[in-house]
Amino acid sequence: MSIESIMGDLLVHAPAMIIAIPLLGAFLTPIISRINGTLRNVFVISIMGLTSLFVGVLANDIFTSRVIKTYVFGGSQELTSPVVRILLEIDALSMFMAMIVLIVAFVAVIYSWGFMKEYTGLDKYYTLVLLMTAGMFGMVLTGDLFNFFVFLEITSIASCALIAFWTTKGESIEAAFKYIVISAIGALFVLFAIAILYGQYNALNIATLASVMKYTFLDKVALVLLVGALAMKAGIVPMHMWLPDSYGRAPASVTLILVGATQASLYGVFRVCFTLYGKSLSLTNNILGLEDGFPLALGTSLGILVVLLAIVTMLVGVFMALKQSDFKRLIGFAAVAEIGYMMLGLGVALLSIEPTGLSGSGLMALKGGIFHIFNDALDIGLMFLVAGAVYWATKERSLDKLGGLARNMKYTSIFFVIGLFAVAGMPPFNGFASKLLIYESVFQISPILSIVAILSSIMLLAVFVKVFHSVFLGPAIPKFKNVKEAPISLLVAMIIISVLIVFIGIFPEMFLNNIVGPATDALVNYSGYIDAVVLGGM
Amino acid sequence: MIYNIPFIAVAALILIGLYAVVFKRNLIKIVIGITLIECGVNLFLITLGYREGGIAPIFTNLPSGTSATMALPVPQALTLTSIVIGVAVLALMLALVVHIYRHYNTLDAREVRRLKE
Amino acid sequence: MTEMSKVVRTITSLSFPFILIYGLYVIAHGHLTPGGGFQGGAIVASALAMIIVAFGSKWVLDRIKEKNISLLESVGAICFILLAFFGLTYADPVFFKNFVVDNPYLFGQVVTDNAANINTAGVIPLMNFAVGLKVIAGLFVIVLVLAYASTAMEGKK
Repeated sequence: MSIESIMGDLLVHAPAMIIAIPLLGAFLTPIISRINGTLRNVFVISIMGLTSLFVGVLANDIFTSRVIKTYVFGGSQELTSPVVRILLEIDALSMFMAMIVLIVAFVAVIYSWGFMKEYTGLDKYYTLVLLMTAGMFGMVLTGDLFNFFVFLEITSIASCALIAFWTTKGESIEAAFKYIVISAIGALFVLFAIAILYGQYNALNIATLASVMKYTFLDKVALVLLVGALAMKAGIVPMHMWLPDSYGRAPASVTLILVGATQASLYGVFRVCFTLYGKSLSLTNNILGLEDGFPLALGTSLGILVVLLAIVTMLVGVFMALKQSDFKRLIGFAAVAEIGYMMLGLGVALLSIEPTGLSGSGLMALKGGIFHIFNDALDIGLMFLVAGAVYWATKERSLDKLGGLARNMKYTSIFFVIGLFAVAGMPPFNGFASKLLIYESVFQISPILSIVAILSSIMLLAVFVKVFHSVFLGPAIPKFKNVKEAPISLLVAMIIISVLIVFIGIFPEMFLNNIVGPATDALVNYSGYIDAVVLGGM
Repeated sequence: MIYNIPFIAVAALILIGLYAVVFKRNLIKIVIGITLIECGVNLFLITLGYREGGIAPIFTNLPSGTSATMALPVPQALTLTSIVIGVAVLALMLALVVHIYRHYNTLDAREVRRLKE
Repeated sequence: MTEMSKVVRTITSLSFPFILIYGLYVIAHGHLTPGGGFQGGAIVASALAMIIVAFGSKWVLDRIKEKNISLLESVGAICFILLAFFGLTYADPVFFKNFVVDNPYLFGQVVTDNAANINTAGVIPLMNFAVGLKVIAGLFVIVLVLAYASTAMEGKK
């Protein structure tokens, strides 16, 4: 068995293995945890390492060859004419999101070795982390709508149980209850929309539905329900109330994985808008069914709505972050503002739909938005890790009582400075590259939006400089005279993310051309997505 | 007209469930409202599979002389999955309500509010 | 919660085996009649919940430790996912493959004339057993912990 045949076998089964190996690890963890605690930690890290091997092999293949792979569960790999089995359909955008999920989950597992060492009930914690990782991988890799709903529910149930992990304090349980109520209602509306689409077309596969979509009135209802419920899970503004509570009250490693889950729901919005309704984006619809109704294309009307929501999200996130006095809650509101940037990229891309595809600036805005998903997961993740390290050392979370920590926690303050500049969009860090793309392309559509985006970036910088001054600089407080530096595993996790931030910041061209470019092309190319599954094309 | 009654029931269940979640203050009533919405969506999934004059989709011992149309089995599998997910969410929510009662000693949603602004 | 009267306890112990048998029948015939892993597991779990209600959660907890039942739940889940992985070790490997078909001993016959033959449908009855075990253990632990938690809170006041 040569190396090429082993790699070939690994490559063929890699899509299923990426979902199945964390699932197997999650079921084995309670049994291994009865033997020894350290053995369980090593086992979990090795499961994540094995998954990253498969992700690396699959990503290498898809980004270089740019074909769309399918994997049929439980039968021969030939595709039948009406597709009857559940299949995974992987294009470059799915692989991009899978890389984000992998980095976030791996770093969180390394971080929680040191962070959660003194708490009990750790076997359930690691089981839930692995289950949530399997759910997130399933959400981004699947090609079947009902399968997406099932993995969405797996992720939200596991993350709710993880948010409520510190059961001795009342606030964590209250945040988890708010999260599960909003998340359950959102998922039920997604199921309602899937039922409407199934009742009309008798198909659950995304590619099959996209090829026969006729855009009747019921399809419009399903689109509104899908985008609304998935945007609710992603933290867009009228429905963002759960996000600062949950991000602020969960343990820091759990918050990091929750960032990944939020981005996976945002991936759902992209997939629905561009692939499922791809053919109908340039159709004009008569709103209210009048004979001389507003002749707006679907792309334009949806784009206007998304851009409005994005602007409101950015402004609300930044202004609410100004008046917070709780460290992690403040970073939670900054995360809400960052999601506004991604939605701005999506909205501008939708606004510039023409029947032949996107215009040049629209494509650049979409590239900026998708690049910003990756950068935002890294930047906001690093801020949450630093906040967790500060909480680990001082057991204090209010900004009024912290101060002067840079004397004892030197490395942690360096990482905070790196995260500060990355979030605010300064060169040479990665936030600059994606935000510059968004500013430039949005300016060509409408200058006002670009000015609002730049202003909220500056406000974010102001907010975080205030936080840096009040936490790390300033006179030493006698209560914190003997705080120790964060333990090794926390520092290793923060080093990994900082190295990635600096690397992408210095070489953004390489990342853009090889990874973000294929992802954006795969997103807009809905006919390629359909051809991979439906024999005979549209 | 009689074939539209399940859809009217679906709309009624979802509206009553939404009313309970939005306007009621007792936490247990909010949980019951979510269960009502879930029942409505499951009923909608099952109703989609009906075919007129259809029999149950089982091949064993088909009664002779009946029509050959069968109700669709795929929505039944989808509804089963949704019921299982609903059971898991309900168990999680009730466990959280028990914890909240232990900490705050009240089940009123307006008193359970240490996380403000 | 405390136990109920002697009449209730006697009737419960008399009817418990029948409900158990019915639930196991529903699990085992999941590939022929309506039923399967989750439905049969829920029936058995409701019989176990009847025991908890009739005899009191303290009585049950004195005899069964909750972490042993959690172990059973993990065993059920591991069996399910290992059955899916076994599809990879055969000639035409695909995940979740039905590898037990054409095997004359264990659930391997292909349906030809009589569709009610229990020996059919390959790996599906095995997965039904694994899921049934997991559902029984899982729902039993949920009801037991909720009952014990409310007893503990009543006792603390």
